[in-house]
Amino acid sequence: MTAENRSADLGLDVGGRPGGGWGPSAEGAGPWRLGLRRMRRNPVALAFGALFLVLVGACVAAPVWADEIAGTGPFENHLSDTVVVDGETTNVVGFDGVPIGPTYQGEFFLGADSNGRDIMVRLLYGGRNSLMIGVVAALITTFVSIFLGLLAGYFRGSVDWVISRALDVMWSFPVIILGVALGVSLQLGGLKLGPIEIEGGSLAIPTLVIGLVYVPYMARPLRGQVLSLREKDFVEAARAQGAGPVRIMFSEILPNLASTILVFGALLVANAVLLEAALSFLGAGVQPPEPSWGNMIREGVNRIASAPHLAIAPGVMLTLTVLSLNVFGDGVRDALDPRAKIRVEH
Amino acid sequence: MARFVLRRLAGMVFVLFAVSVLTFLIFNVIPNSDPAVRMAGRQASESTIEAIRAEWGFDKSLPEQYVTTMKKVFTGDLESQFTRLNVGEEIRKGIPRTLSLAVGAAIMWMVLALALGLFSAVRAGKFSDRFLTILALIGISMPVFWVGALMSHYLGFKLGLFPNGGYVEFAKDPLDWAYHLILPWTALSLLFIGFYSRVLRSNVLDTINEDYVRTARAKGLSERRVMVRHVLRNSLIPIVTLWGLDFGAVVGGGAILTETVFGIQGVGQYFGDGIAQLDVPPVLAVTMLIAFFIVLLNTIVDIAYAALDPRIRLQ
Repeated sequence: MTAENRSADLGLDVGGRPGGGWGPSAEGAGPWRLGLRRMRRNPVALAFGALFLVLVGACVAAPVWADEIAGTGPFENHLSDTVVVDGETTNVVGFDGVPIGPTYQGEFFLGADSNGRDIMVRLLYGGRNSLMIGVVAALITTFVSIFLGLLAGYFRGSVDWVISRALDVMWSFPVIILGVALGVSLQLGGLKLGPIEIEGGSLAIPTLVIGLVYVPYMARPLRGQVLSLREKDFVEAARAQGAGPVRIMFSEILPNLASTILVFGALLVANAVLLEAALSFLGAGVQPPEPSWGNMIREGVNRIASAPHLAIAPGVMLTLTVLSLNVFGDGVRDALDPRAKIRVEH
Repeated sequence: MARFVLRRLAGMVFVLFAVSVLTFLIFNVIPNSDPAVRMAGRQASESTIEAIRAEWGFDKSLPEQYVTTMKKVFTGDLESQFTRLNVGEEIRKGIPRTLSLAVGAAIMWMVLALALGLFSAVRAGKFSDRFLTILALIGISMPVFWVGALMSHYLGFKLGLFPNGGYVEFAKDPLDWAYHLILPWTALSLLFIGFYSRVLRSNVLDTINEDYVRTARAKGLSERRVMVRHVLRNSLIPIVTLWGLDFGAVVGGGAILTETVFGIQGVGQYFGDGIAQLDVPPVLAVTMLIAFFIVLLNTIVDIAYAALDPRIRLQ
């Protein structure tokens, strides 16, 4: 029963104080507490959330693995070096150009790539880049979408028309096409916007591009919610008290969007990480030698016949990360907004 | 109805125009480098660069360049900046390949998602349902180019069960055509099978509790008839809409990655190759073509919807 009351609570929860709603929910518990309770009863979602944290932790600790265990950095070549495996001395990169496979020991734990670089070290450093891009891009999407959704939904009229048509136009491009088009054109000479200068190979470019292309997917539903929220009595009450548009948008309406924004959060990061991989795979994302899971897969796919481990390792990491975020995100959605129909294309 | 169609078409023309302007701007204003210098290559003399600039019209004003580019796009005179091959010609060669891939995959994911989603809903909460849910989530989480590459390597190259990439024309040998496309279809479908089967499962579970389903059971219809005629039919409506829209997205999105991995040489791979060489005209043309295709598809879906449901026309 309480699950069905959730969306009704959205409108009644004056000011959106977490846990402070006086809507018709059971035992007087607010929507947030109910959500938390439902989340706690979903061990699978929690386990995958924990898995995501473990993966993030491993990537954050990349320098520790590099310095203490592998003894090499993500950019160091070992083309002419040898490594001792099971008491035998082996070339890191064979004379036929085939790199060593997984050794499952400190050095070259997952083998080497064709430049003799340690895959495990690059995997962890690449994960840093991939995850950083995913999280920052999701934050960009969220902030821009909230801003546009609030403006369009609150002011309606011509502001809404301009924003909605702009989103329509962006919506007409598949995310990969728009991402690649923007990524490539920005790479050609970097970005110069007044005092801001970004170089062509910078990680900021894919981050910005991915952050922008997902905006229509989030801004549109938010706008719809704002359109209906602005007609509610509590907004009318705030207006009667003399609150201006900015105050109403940010302290009256925004808190009521929180559950939608949270539900989007995990799924946005998952899709942003996947899109980074796709863009890098096509050469429009992270530029080598900077590692990312996407461009490691790109290199691996090119050499899959002789060294399949190059493609398998980053792909497994990527899949695990996205899977953990998807399962966790599903759990958050079920807990907070079971009827939300949220969908992000990839 | 006529007014609705007219209004919708006017909106479409506006979006198409905006799409073309945006695409043009992305490739002609954002890049912070001189296309003539890029095309002339290293160690080109000043006069060569000047000549290229004049020949391609890079010295003209932006609106002029926009008009020339659009003229070339619509008359099919656009040329690659590197190979000088006609872009329209190259795209035309790729279209049957891309459509073969997308249509086949769309049928495959719909059929499999129907079967799996229905099965999952009927066995809701049981082990097989949970197992399928996990599989679906894994399918949604894997990048298509990675799955494709692994399939092509292990099933195609190592085991030799399937051809290792390539494409055979349908007219030449329909069986061989399908045989070459099975792996690409599967790779491209996985994501959608996962997604659609879950949507269908939840739709079916919602519908199963409707009064008319209880009525159907009460009047003694067989379980099979109730499921197919009453439940499935009503659960399908949202999925069919999604299907139309996703088909457009696949032609423009997933197909690029799948074609590149399997070497299908369709429009998507042409686009990918254009990116690798930073060759603007092909990338611009394909981007515009796909955006146009999607806008057109959306308009058709909207009009079809309005024809089916008169309430929509009033909005």
